[in-house]
Parts: sequence; structure tokens; C-alpha cells
Amino acid sequence: MAIDITAISPNPALLDLPWSVPLEDWPEEHLAALPRGISRHVVRFVRLGQEVIAVKEISEPLARREFQTLRNLRRLGQPAVEPLAVVSGRVAGDGTALDACLITRHLRFSLPYRAVFSQRLRDDTARRTLDALAVLLVRLHLAGVFWGDVSLSNTLFRRDAGDFAAYLVDAETAEIHPELSRGQREHDLFVAHGNIAGELMDLEAGGHLDEGEDPIEIANRIMHRYDLLWNELTSEERFERGDRWKVDERIRRLNNLGFDVDELEMSTDLDGTTIRIQPKVVDAGHHSRRLMRLTGLDVEENQARRLLNDLDSYRAATHRQGDDEELVAHAWLNQIYEPITRTVPPQLRDKLEPAEIFHELLEHRWYLSERAGHDIPIEDTVRDYVATVLPGRPDEVTVLGVDTEEIPITAILDS
Amino acid sequence: MATVTYDKATRIYPGADTPSVDQLDIEVADGEFLVLVGPSGSGKSTALRMLAGLEEVNGGRILIGDRDVTHMPPKDRDVAMVFQNYALYPHMSVADNMGFALKIAGKPKAEIRQRVEEAAKILDLEPYLERKPKALSGGQRQRVAMGRAIVRQPQVFLMDEPLSNLDAKLRVQTRTQIASLQRRLGVTTVYVTHDQVEAMTMGDRVAVLNFGVLQQVDTPRRMYDHPDNVFVAGFIGSPAMNLMSVPVADGGLKLGDYVQPVERDVLGKATGSEVVLGVRPEDLEISDSGRGLAIEVDVVEELGADAYIYGSMPGQDAGDKPFIARVDGRTPPAKGEVVHFQPKGEHLHIFNAESGERISD
Repeated sequence: MAIDITAISPNPALLDLPWSVPLEDWPEEHLAALPRGISRHVVRFVRLGQEVIAVKEISEPLARREFQTLRNLRRLGQPAVEPLAVVSGRVAGDGTALDACLITRHLRFSLPYRAVFSQRLRDDTARRTLDALAVLLVRLHLAGVFWGDVSLSNTLFRRDAGDFAAYLVDAETAEIHPELSRGQREHDLFVAHGNIAGELMDLEAGGHLDEGEDPIEIANRIMHRYDLLWNELTSEERFERGDRWKVDERIRRLNNLGFDVDELEMSTDLDGTTIRIQPKVVDAGHHSRRLMRLTGLDVEENQARRLLNDLDSYRAATHRQGDDEELVAHAWLNQIYEPITRTVPPQLRDKLEPAEIFHELLEHRWYLSERAGHDIPIEDTVRDYVATVLPGRPDEVTVLGVDTEEIPITAILDS
Repeated sequence: MATVTYDKATRIYPGADTPSVDQLDIEVADGEFLVLVGPSGSGKSTALRMLAGLEEVNGGRILIGDRDVTHMPPKDRDVAMVFQNYALYPHMSVADNMGFALKIAGKPKAEIRQRVEEAAKILDLEPYLERKPKALSGGQRQRVAMGRAIVRQPQVFLMDEPLSNLDAKLRVQTRTQIASLQRRLGVTTVYVTHDQVEAMTMGDRVAVLNFGVLQQVDTPRRMYDHPDNVFVAGFIGSPAMNLMSVPVADGGLKLGDYVQPVERDVLGKATGSEVVLGVRPEDLEISDSGRGLAIEVDVVEELGADAYIYGSMPGQDAGDKPFIARVDGRTPPAKGEVVHFQPKGEHLHIFNAESGERISD
């Protein structure tokens, strides 16, 4: 059998997978988790050496298209899963042709929305997941990406300093344009609203949504959050010539939302008394880029914000405000961040990402200090956290589950 | 229910030199099933998305009934993209799976129930309303997904290549189901496909687009029998129509050593010394006299009652489209043989060689 593997960096172990067997029937020995739920297409999580990959069976043109779209999304710096390969030319033992497979890398420490909702660590889980999804949708739209099928099940969530960061997992319907029309954005939002409400109603019907929560009301949040953020990022602002500080003010507001302004259009009216500004190109990841530049740490946006705050406190506490920022950052990394995250015993490291653990430690220190009525040193905090909090947390490095629990209707028809 | 009117509707993408959809004029009648078909880049999907509100309209208007929707947000247009959302929710009953969009829209419970029951009746899903989707067969699940669009009672259904994800066999079954359901519901429908067979089998009328320009809108029968130009002639029909440049002779067209008689007023519309002649494979016969188009047989495709000959004319490049003729399946010529074909006179399609426009009746 001649199969064709188009891969970004081919892993020879791919050749050993049972490509002549329909994905639905793959033997358990290859699977990283037993299939749970049902999805529109057959999806399986497969162990490949040290890593876990997601395999989706889908027609070849669609597989190639989605592979290319995911590559382009990542090139644009959008949070999407990483495509690894398309396997085509599959033939079953009896000679019948099998659909192609799209392979993506499993996103470490990511959670499907059902896992997020089932944990109920905090009561505002719904709010935080929808906020993350709204940020993702705004980012995609700013980059000219029409998603086409926005839903919680087509998204993965990663912890981000107590909040969530959302990643696109399903790009089957996505299209990348130079720029989106208002109608395309509205359509994405309309679909998002319907899908999210449906998914939450399903959680409700399955007893996984807190009583008294109204799925439709929660789903409405995506519209509000999206509109707020979109307006803040793109709207035009006018002010008097004397109020030029408002330009800096606008940029600072965008930075606080986690966005950098790459291009700001500024013009005056004819007699020059009014100034009009409008951000033209904004780029998410203000804090994470800054932290990356200073320390080389690659973390989510809110985690970066948290770490940068700690870096600032460190600078103040060590009286190094006058020193070069990069030197101080290097010292903070060597003396604070790395020693502390290394204190976590190896057997507990699959619980949370190091940056999230660091964030939780800072929270925990505040909590311990408040209870004690005085500052608790970070070393004591780590000891207490590792002994009392972390062991009770579930392992989240590879939370698998079929990314959707939808039901296939592309099965054989009974007409 | 409503008519749909494209009134010189134009879409030009920012930075593009030519419109993706250029002054499109189509009137879709109330309850009609209109198929937009064309090759990739023809503008068919863009035209549908202009109607859905996803693409801006840069010129002209789009009307649904009497309402000008040209600049209306998508959700206010009262159109439904069918098969947009395939997802069925496992913990919800079939009735809830069908009605949840109405619940979101804030419709009263009684009305939701009534509309769901009506849709279930049409879709033969009545006995299953209280079950969970898991208990349904594949076909029933597909009908639930359609039911979702039906309960919204939109004025227009929009379908954008809904069958492209299905395998060939399933595609044929599903297209029959969609067509028959549309007829039962009588909801105006605009359907996009690149597949001319799908277009011809499903549509009340078919609109063929190429490079953003409407080529022809007609019933499938008329489209097949009377293509308005060379593009439509070559695009509609499988196997494709034979199209060849032939010299105009006195009183007819010169096919090899034979003159095919053609009415003088048709020939009068030719602007050069040649015309494009189109003949469908089934409108050719082998001439007993040994005169006509000499074709060397390259491939014989035997289908039982009929056989298709794929051949080439002397001097034809290997890269040119093959000449295709349908012949009696019991006595087909052999591969390598040279056969002479003459068109059956009543089905000639003659086009102006310069403009490509039809000049025969």
C-alpha cells in the first residue's frame, strides 16, 4: 500500500501507525485515551513516541485545506493548534479507499470546555471561558480570519493566571481574507452565540451546568465582550488639539488589554483644531512579548502580566530601579522564577504549567500572608503549596477527550 | 416565503481589478429552487454570500420579497444557511435539538413545540421527538439537522456546497432528499455547487456563472438544449459537448469533405470565415458514406446499451479535448479505427467564433 504523508517535520514513527485500518477501529494499543463521546468526524488521540497527536479522518481535499489554513493561522501568530501532517492514499485491507487523516499536535496543558466546566474550580468558569473565546474571536477577525463554525467544542482552553486563553482547534470552515466585512464578523458572532447557547443547554441537560445559570444569558456574554473589545481596539476617537495626551492614553488602554499598537492613524481637520485617531494595526500579546524579550519565557498573556509584576516588585525590593531592565530580568529569572518552579517535585509537574504554578504560588502567598497577618516568605509558601494544594489538583498536561461530543450525521442514510 | 432579486448586484474585493460578481441580475421566484453553478473563481459562492450578508455589495441591490436587504445585517435578513451547523447535542432530546434556535430567539414554548411538531411531521421524525440523538440512525440525524433550519421558517434557504464533504454514493442519495424536501416545503432556495450534474438534477432553474458574470439562467432542459454561448455549451453536460472551429461553406458548414447544411440566416450572423460548432456526443452518427468528420478512435468506453468513443481528429494535438461520440453498444468501432461522423441535423449548436454567442436557433 502506498500512502502519502505530507508533514512539516516528518516523524518516521508515523509510518508505523495502522493507516490501512479505518480510524474508528484503531487498536487500543495506539490510543492515548479511550474515545469518549462522539464527534462529527472520527477523531482519535494517539501516542507517538514522547508526544500525543490528534488524528482526524476527513476527505483529502478538506484535510489539505485545513492543514494549510492551520499553517497560515500560525504564521499569522494566531493561537491555533499545530498541524503536523496529512496522510492520504490510505487503502483498507479489502482494497477500499479510506479517507485521508489530518494530524495535529496535542496542545499541552489544554482543556476541552467540558473538562473546564466539570471542574468548577471557581464559580465564574462560564464567564472566564467566554471572555477567552471573545478575545480569540477578536484576534482572528483583526487578522482577517473568518471562522465559520465558532463554538466551545472547536476551542481549547489553557489556564492563564487564573483566567483562560483560547485556542482554535477546528479550522475546517475557516477562511483567511485580507480583511473581513462587517457581515462576516456578524455572522461569526451569530453562529458563536447559537452554538454556545446550544452547548450550554446540552451541559444543562446533562446536569453539568450550575442550577440557576441561564445558557442563553451566558451565551449573550460573547456578544457583549466581543463588541466592547472590538470597539476599544478599532474605534475612531476625536479630541481637541490641546488634549494630545489622549493619544498616549489610548495606547496605554490598548496595552492594558494586552494589545500593541503597530499602526495608529492620526489626522487633523482642516483648521487643525480637532485630532482624529484610529488604531489600524493592533497585535495581541503585549505582555507576553515583553516577557519573552526580557527572559525568553514563552507564556500566556495574563501569566506574563503576572510575572512582569513580580519582576517589578523584585526590582523595587532589590533597589535596582536604575539598572538595565534586561539585567534585572536575568537576575529575577535565576534567583526567583527558576529556583521556585524547580522546587516542584517531578511527580507533580504534570499538574500545571510552571508559569501557572508560579501564578498560583503568588496567590497562595497572598492568602497565607493575609491569614498570618504578616508577609510570608516565598520559600515557606512553596513548601505549603506543594504539600497542601498541588497534590489535590488533577494532571492537566494531557487532558484528552474527543474535542467535540457531537454526533455524526454523515453516516449512511436510510432513505 | 418570498422572491429573491439580484439587481445589478456587484462585489469588488478591495484591491481587485475586476469584480468577483459583476452586475448580477437574477429573479428567483417564490418557492423556486435556484442553483448557482460555475467553476472555481466564477463568483457563485460570493453571490450566495452577498445574499446572506457575508459579503458587502459594492453596486446594485439585493431584494428579498420587497425588502431591500443590500446593507442589512445577516441576522435580520430572515434567511437560513442550511447544514451550517451539523452538531447534535447528545443530552438533549430530538425536539430540543430542533427547537433550540427558537428558544434562543425568545419564542414562547407553545410556539416552539408547534413548529417543531410541524417540522417533524414533514421530516418523518414525529415518533422520535422525545428520544436522544444517539438512538437515531444516520439519516434521521441528518433530518434533525435540516429540521433546525426548517423550524426557523426562514423566507429563503441558502446552501453552499452542502454535499462536498460526502462520498459519491451518499451525495446522490442526499441530493435527492434535499430536492424532494425543498419541493414539499416550497421555501425559496438558493443552492451553490461546482458540480453541473448536481445543478442539473436539483434545480428548477440553473444559473451558470463564469468570472463573475452570469452566462445564462434557465431550466436544466433549456440549458442543455439551448446553451447561449460557448462557455455554457462546454460546461453543461457530461460527457461534454464537442466544440470545434469549422469553416463556413456555401449553404452550410464544412466538416471534412462534407458540407453540413445550415440555414442562411444563421450563417449570416457569423462574423468571420469560421464558426464554432457544438455537437453533443449523443447527436452524432456514424456515416455510411464514409464522409464527414474523420475520427481516430483512442478509447472505447462500453456501457452496455451504449458505448462512448473518445477519439481525435487528424492533426489534433494530444493535449486537446478528445472528441466524444455515443454509438450503439453492440457494434462499437475498435480502438485505432478511423470512423466518419456526421451530426444529426436537428441538434446543431452554432456559435459566433469571435463573441462565442449562439447564432443558431
